Amino acid sequence: MAVVELFGTWFSPYAYRVIWALKLKGISYEYIEEDIRNKSPLLLQYNPIHKKVPVLVHDGKPICESTVILQYIDEIWPQNPLLPADPYDRAVALFWIKFADDKVYLMSKLYQADGEEQRAAVKEWLEMLEVMEEHALIGGKKFFGGDEINMVDIAFSFVAHWLGVLEDVVGLEIFEPHKFPRVSSWIQNFKSIPLIKENLPDADKMSAFSKHGREMMLASKSN
Amino acid sequence: MAEEVVLLDFRPSPFGMRSRIALAEKGIKYEYKEEDLRNKSALLLQMNPVHKKIPVLIHNGKPVCESLIQVQYIDEVWHDKAPLLPSDPYQKATARFWADYVDKKIYDLGSRVWKTKGEEQATAKKEFIETLKLMEKELGDKPYFGGESLGYVDVAFIPFYSWFYAYEKCGNFSIEAECPKLIAWAKRCMQKESVAKSLPDQQKVYDFILEMKKRFGIE
Repeated sequence: MAVVELFGTWFSPYAYRVIWALKLKGISYEYIEEDIRNKSPLLLQYNPIHKKVPVLVHDGKPICESTVILQYIDEIWPQNPLLPADPYDRAVALFWIKFADDKVYLMSKLYQADGEEQRAAVKEWLEMLEVMEEHALIGGKKFFGGDEINMVDIAFSFVAHWLGVLEDVVGLEIFEPHKFPRVSSWIQNFKSIPLIKENLPDADKMSAFSKHGREMMLASKSN
Repeated sequence: MAEEVVLLDFRPSPFGMRSRIALAEKGIKYEYKEEDLRNKSALLLQMNPVHKKIPVLIHNGKPVCESLIQVQYIDEVWHDKAPLLPSDPYQKATARFWADYVDKKIYDLGSRVWKTKGEEQATAKKEFIETLKLMEKELGDKPYFGGESLGYVDVAFIPFYSWFYAYEKCGNFSIEAECPKLIAWAKRCMQKESVAKSLPDQQKVYDFILEMKKRFGIE
C-alpha cells in the first residue's frame, strides 16, 4: 500500500492546506512535525531548494510547494475534486489560487512591520480584501467552489483563520465584517465545515507564540 | 464553431512570450494585440480588472489571465498536438515546481541586475547565476527540461533568454561563461520556429531596457 507522509509545522497555513485536501479525499497519512528553527536532515533532503514545509512524500517521492502538492493530490485521488473539470473554470480557479498565494506574504509583512511600514502593510491588506469582496466572491456562492469548498477556498484560508490571530498579535482590527459582507459570510461558512473546524491550529496558542516572537524581533530591530 | 483567440500582449514581456510559444506550438491562429502599457486599452482593463496586466488570453470572448495558467489552459484545450505538460502526475508536479521556481526567482533577480548598481547589483548577479546553475543542474543531460521535446518548463523559462544580453550588458558579466550548458539549451530552443518567432531580438530588448533606465532615472 502506498505510504503518504506530510512534513509540516503546527501553525503553518500551507501545511493545513495539504491536511484538509488529504482528509477531504479520505487519504491516510503520517504527519511529521518539523521545528523550523531546527529542520530535520530528512526535510532538507526532500526539499533542498526551498528547505520549507509542507512537503508531501508519496511512495518515497517528495512534492514541494503547497499549490503543486494540492494539484498532485487532486490528480492522484480524483474523488471529491478540488478543481473544476471544465478547463476554463479551472483556469479561473487557478487564477484566484495564484492571487491568494501571492498575498500570503502580507501575513509576515504585517507581522514584521511597525510605524510607517505597518500603515503600508494594512493598506495592502485592505486592498486585497476589497478585491476578494468585489471580484472573487461575486455571484452569491456559499464557497468559491460553489456548494462545497474547493482549492480556492483552501487557498484563501489564511484570511479565514490566520488573519484573526495576526490582528490579535499586532493589536489592530483590519478586517471589519460590515465593510466586507461577502468575505465575512464566506469566512463563517468556511469555518463552520466540520472538517475545517476540527482541523485548525489553536488561535490562542498561535497568538501567544507569535506575540513573543514579535516582541523579540521588534526589540532586535530597534537595537 | 470558429475559435476566436486574442492575445493582449507587449512584445518585450517574457510572460507574453510564454503564451506566444504555447499558441505557436499548437498551431493556433490568433489575433495579437500590442498594448501600450502607459495607456492601457479599455479591453485590457475590462479583461483583467484585478491586475490590469498583460498577457491576457481571450478565448471566445472569455479572458484567461496569468501566463503559466494560460500555457496550462492552451495545453488542455488543444491537447491533441504538442503536449507541454507530462501526463504522469509526479512528472507534472515536478514540471509545475520548476516553472514556479522560475517565476519566483528569474524575473526578480534579473530585474535587480539591470536596475541596481554597486554592491546591490553584485549580490543580484551572484544570486542570479546561482539560480541559473540550479536550472542547469535540473536540465542535466536532457535536450529540453521537457525531455526529448519542448515542455512546460522550457516554455516558462526560455523567454528570459531574450533578456540575457541586456542583463549581461547592464551587469557586465557573461552568462555563457558561467552556464554554458544552459546557453546550449537556449540555442537549441531558438532553433524551433515557435520559439524564434515569439522572442524579440536581444538587442531590441536591451534598447528597451536602456529606455526604461532613462525613464526611471537609473544610470
